[in-house]
Amino acid sequence: MGIIKAEKVVFEYIRRDEEGNVESIKRAVDGVDLDIQKGQFIAILGHNGSGKSTLAKQINAILYPSEGTVLVDGMDTAEAEYLWDIRKEAGMVFQNPDNQIIGQIVEEDVGFGPENIGVPTEEIWQRVEESLKAVGMYELRKKSPNRLSGGQKQRISIAGVLAMHPKCIVLDEPTAMLDPNGRKEVIRAVRALNEVENITVLLITHYMEEVIHADRVIVMEQGKVRMQGTPKEIFSQVKTLQSLRLDVPQVTLLAHELQKKGIPLPDGILSVEELVEEIKKTSHRK
Amino acid sequence: MLRDITLGQYYQTDSILHRLDPRVKLAGTFVYLISLFLFKNITVYIVAILFLGCMIRLAKIPFRFIARGLRPVIILLLITAGFNLFLTPGEKWLQLWTITISKEGVSNAFYTVLRLILLIFGSSLLTLTTTPNRLTDGLEKSLKPLETVKVPVHEIAMMISIALRFIPILMEETDKIMKAQLARGADFESGNFVRKIKALVPILIPLFVSAFRRANDLAMAMEARCYRGGEGRTKMKPLKYAGRDIKAYFMLAGYLTLVIVIGKCFPIHVII
Repeated sequence: MGIIKAEKVVFEYIRRDEEGNVESIKRAVDGVDLDIQKGQFIAILGHNGSGKSTLAKQINAILYPSEGTVLVDGMDTAEAEYLWDIRKEAGMVFQNPDNQIIGQIVEEDVGFGPENIGVPTEEIWQRVEESLKAVGMYELRKKSPNRLSGGQKQRISIAGVLAMHPKCIVLDEPTAMLDPNGRKEVIRAVRALNEVENITVLLITHYMEEVIHADRVIVMEQGKVRMQGTPKEIFSQVKTLQSLRLDVPQVTLLAHELQKKGIPLPDGILSVEELVEEIKKTSHRK
Repeated sequence: MLRDITLGQYYQTDSILHRLDPRVKLAGTFVYLISLFLFKNITVYIVAILFLGCMIRLAKIPFRFIARGLRPVIILLLITAGFNLFLTPGEKWLQLWTITISKEGVSNAFYTVLRLILLIFGSSLLTLTTTPNRLTDGLEKSLKPLETVKVPVHEIAMMISIALRFIPILMEETDKIMKAQLARGADFESGNFVRKIKALVPILIPLFVSAFRRANDLAMAMEARCYRGGEGRTKMKPLKYAGRDIKAYFMLAGYLTLVIVIGKCFPIHVII
């Protein structure tokens, strides 16, 4: 059984007027099924308002499904008794780096999670050290978070989740507020966790470049899953992606345009190297 | 620039006073303040001044740095001295035109000002040698007994430390909002007092809105990391008494006894 399993999840934002009567109902998530295996790197794509963040918050039990069920490691998020276990197993990193750092010193912030779940003092220190080393921030452990760059702050947030020894990390647009360098830093750290520590990663983003290393990409629109598959499968369908108002990586787009002009290239090219290889092949054929 | 703001004027250096447990320092400050109000007696004040002098030496903080704490209260000191000097009835000591200064007035003014100065020095020694973090930790631990009478000690300490963490962030934000409003033609400089206050409204409202949004995000992030109040929480940096802390407690007890003994046995009251 998968570590995260969602069945026909529906979530509705209900807007009420002052008397408490229902004014309007907005379905943010509409009948989503998910089955994520341990150790996978899953990316969820979608433009603003596609319901991807709302879906992410279901996994950490910040929001509960209006209909359907979400199981994290076999625990139903709707059951209050599992709440803290679920939050321990499925850590969450948010968008704004400033608004999720609690400590005044880097190491104190990383220790915040373990403190909350009652880890003994010596073990907290051990976990803090491990987590900071895993994201490459150990040297800056005594600094104030206010003096760090956005990318560094997000890596600390990741370390903070990591110190709770989760089985799965949900990252809700962790790079949306960062510059390109910060984005690379964070994605590199996330990939390392997935590959080295074998932690299941659920990355929510709208940057295409970040999803090409994922095992599986899920594309959402208006609360529904529209496409699902490997990055190659997804990016072969340039037209469908564009109809969902999503960009494709520049290389893929270039290959697609060349294809249209009659150059025989395969679908779903994801990197510059790959494109170069394929173009070489076609020129040899001539 | 705004990132470097230090709060509560912590003076960074390595001294025995800096290393003491914050609970000891809190207790010490409290005892010292009490000792100042127990007796109105010059010998007691000499002891208190000597004690403070020793502490300042131990803290390795330059005297002028501590004296800087007096600057904002100079006016208050002058007013207090003035009131005591001119408005205390009693035996005539000096006559200037229609104003009489009594002997009691002089001694009252002297003692009050001395007391206030020692008070300020004593309490600023606490904030100079303790980081805000350790101070809140110390407060949380020493006020723990109040939890039995439903005082939310842990929550208050958590609020203080979060507030400290967000002060530089909100300062930066204020700066940004001010610039944004200036770019739209806002004027914060000209006009009288009332107009200047009114000009602050377009800064404060966006600041409040953003502070609430941040609070919301932060609360969610804290819950996502399993924060559920003080119960069952362990500490990464727990406060533990070391040998020097015990010694410091004994010294404090010694000081208080000395003050009481001297205050009772040598009641030298008026100096003039």
